[in-house]
Amino acid sequence: MKGRADDYLILDEATGTYHEDPEQAVRDDVEKHYWLHVGRTIVKDWRLYLMLLPTILVFLFWRYMPMYELLGAFKVSDMVKPVSDQLYAGFSYFRTLLTGSGSLTTEFWRAMRNTFLLSFYGLLFGFPMPILLALFFNEVRSNIARSVYQVLTYLPKFMSTVVMTSLVTMLVKQSITTLNTQPGIVSQALQALGLISADAANAGLLNNPNFFRAIYQISGIWETAGYDSIVFFAAIIAISPTSYEAAQIDGAGKWAQMRYVVLPSILSTIVIMLITRIGSMLSIGYEKVLLLYNSNTYVTADVVSTFAQRYGLAGSDKGIASAAEMMNNIVGMLLVIGANTIARKASNVSLY
Amino acid sequence: MKRKLEISELIFKIISYTLLTVFALCCLYPFLYAVFASISGRRAVEYGEIVLFPKDVQFAAFREMFNDNMFWNSYSNTLFLTFFGTIWALGVSILGAYALSKKRLLFRKFFNFYLVFTMWFSAGIVPQYLNYLATKSVFNGIGIMDDKWLVVIAMGMAAMNIILLRNAFEGVPGEIEEASIVDGATEFQVLTKVFIPMSKSTIATVALFFGISRWNGYFWARQMISNPNEHPLQVFIRLKLEQYTDSEFTAGWNMPYATDSVIYALIVCSIIPILVIYPFIQKYFAKGTNAGGVKE
Repeated sequence: MKGRADDYLILDEATGTYHEDPEQAVRDDVEKHYWLHVGRTIVKDWRLYLMLLPTILVFLFWRYMPMYELLGAFKVSDMVKPVSDQLYAGFSYFRTLLTGSGSLTTEFWRAMRNTFLLSFYGLLFGFPMPILLALFFNEVRSNIARSVYQVLTYLPKFMSTVVMTSLVTMLVKQSITTLNTQPGIVSQALQALGLISADAANAGLLNNPNFFRAIYQISGIWETAGYDSIVFFAAIIAISPTSYEAAQIDGAGKWAQMRYVVLPSILSTIVIMLITRIGSMLSIGYEKVLLLYNSNTYVTADVVSTFAQRYGLAGSDKGIASAAEMMNNIVGMLLVIGANTIARKASNVSLY
Repeated sequence: MKRKLEISELIFKIISYTLLTVFALCCLYPFLYAVFASISGRRAVEYGEIVLFPKDVQFAAFREMFNDNMFWNSYSNTLFLTFFGTIWALGVSILGAYALSKKRLLFRKFFNFYLVFTMWFSAGIVPQYLNYLATKSVFNGIGIMDDKWLVVIAMGMAAMNIILLRNAFEGVPGEIEEASIVDGATEFQVLTKVFIPMSKSTIATVALFFGISRWNGYFWARQMISNPNEHPLQVFIRLKLEQYTDSEFTAGWNMPYATDSVIYALIVCSIIPILVIYPFIQKYFAKGTNAGGVKE
């Protein structure tokens, strides 16, 4: 009760009596005429809202209006009519994709599996690499040598996806038997090392579904490991030298220092990066897959976005494509929100 | 006195240097190979005779590239998209981020959510494409016929970048803002004279992110720009790759240099400008990953 009274009345300690808070009248007024107050504030600060307007509009037009087009996932696809005029088809596309018996269903589940696997392998093999690199960079005491290593390993990051995939395509390309030409230089090297057969090299590694995942991951590590190591390296060099010295005095060898000094210091960075990666698992870059895959490698390469691209943009099954991507993106959103919640709980750091 | 290296330390050092050297060379070699292959003779390229040095040096592949008007066209288109795209996205983001950084902004939580939600959920490729078609007809209706301008305005905004800027603006001390308002500065002057100069490095980082995503943009540029004369470099490279690795095309090839050399020359040409400006942008590049939008 006292708490409530305090909201409205102020205790005058000298006399022990309550009197009305003069600001309360203003507060009551704001509450009574809420929208009037909103209007007044906006008019007073109109410049601020004008500044916000372009952002709001750009996001409205090109981020939120496409969500309206998602209605197409519930309607009969039509090349001419806008989505508002199409007839409702209910959940039929979703049923076809999830529980149907045709080739679409198999392809969709294959795409879901590939999306998950490409991300999962990326996490498994791609995630530790930058951390290892950062640890190695830390061993290089000479600044010049370290800069050289760093610049060389960042180099691939400066290519666009198109240039990177073009280079990969050329390096593992097939041989042309009629002209007696050799396969790409990387294929030749792998063949010389006995890792792949001559037939596989000659047929072109990108035409063989067995190699797609490896090519995707290795090119991914090649492209991003150096650049991604920056954040871990920054965490490592932030460790105070006295920590190492203390450990050395306690008789810690290199491994013990790694275990008890370095690892705990960069653990929070690792956890945050890991959670971010898990959160964005289902939103893997479709451009790279699109640029590397071909009809021979759909079995291991086709992901949900490329599935949608093939049926919705190259083909005309817009409803099917929208439905497929919508499911993928909703699961992806739940992953992001879940990961963010965990990050907040675990480290008091929220990513958004 | 220098401490003696422990055995475990020595082993770790040797492992580090070895693996780093191997990895660094693996990173570098494809580029070197691209340069060698682009200037080597046809026989050397096709029979895989180049490993560490170019052979039968020729520059005809580069000459073919440089004589191609479409190449220069695509380069200028990319510069156009990068320049105007970055200015547009950066301008909009700065204004929006400034407004969002103000505690007195009403519905601030809602507006923040409005941006962040787009990072969680995107409608997908097909709805985006249909929406682009719809906005394109609106644009054509008001007299903007160039697809380039639509690409500039519609693409490349990123909620993450606005949040980065907002965080930087929130870090500007409120006293400085109050002081400038007392001195009679308008809202816009506060932004341009106080907030922007005080957040220069974040703005440079964000501008770099925008610039890179524009320079690298491929998929939507290919979907949205129908006129081949307006294609940016990335689309040009991809189309060339598709054409020059087509078996029928290569079978009829009768030049003294290999088809591969042309592709490699194109790859080299597209990387060189980035290598040239890299030393100037390097520090912002590194900074961006650390900023990361992490907010307490």
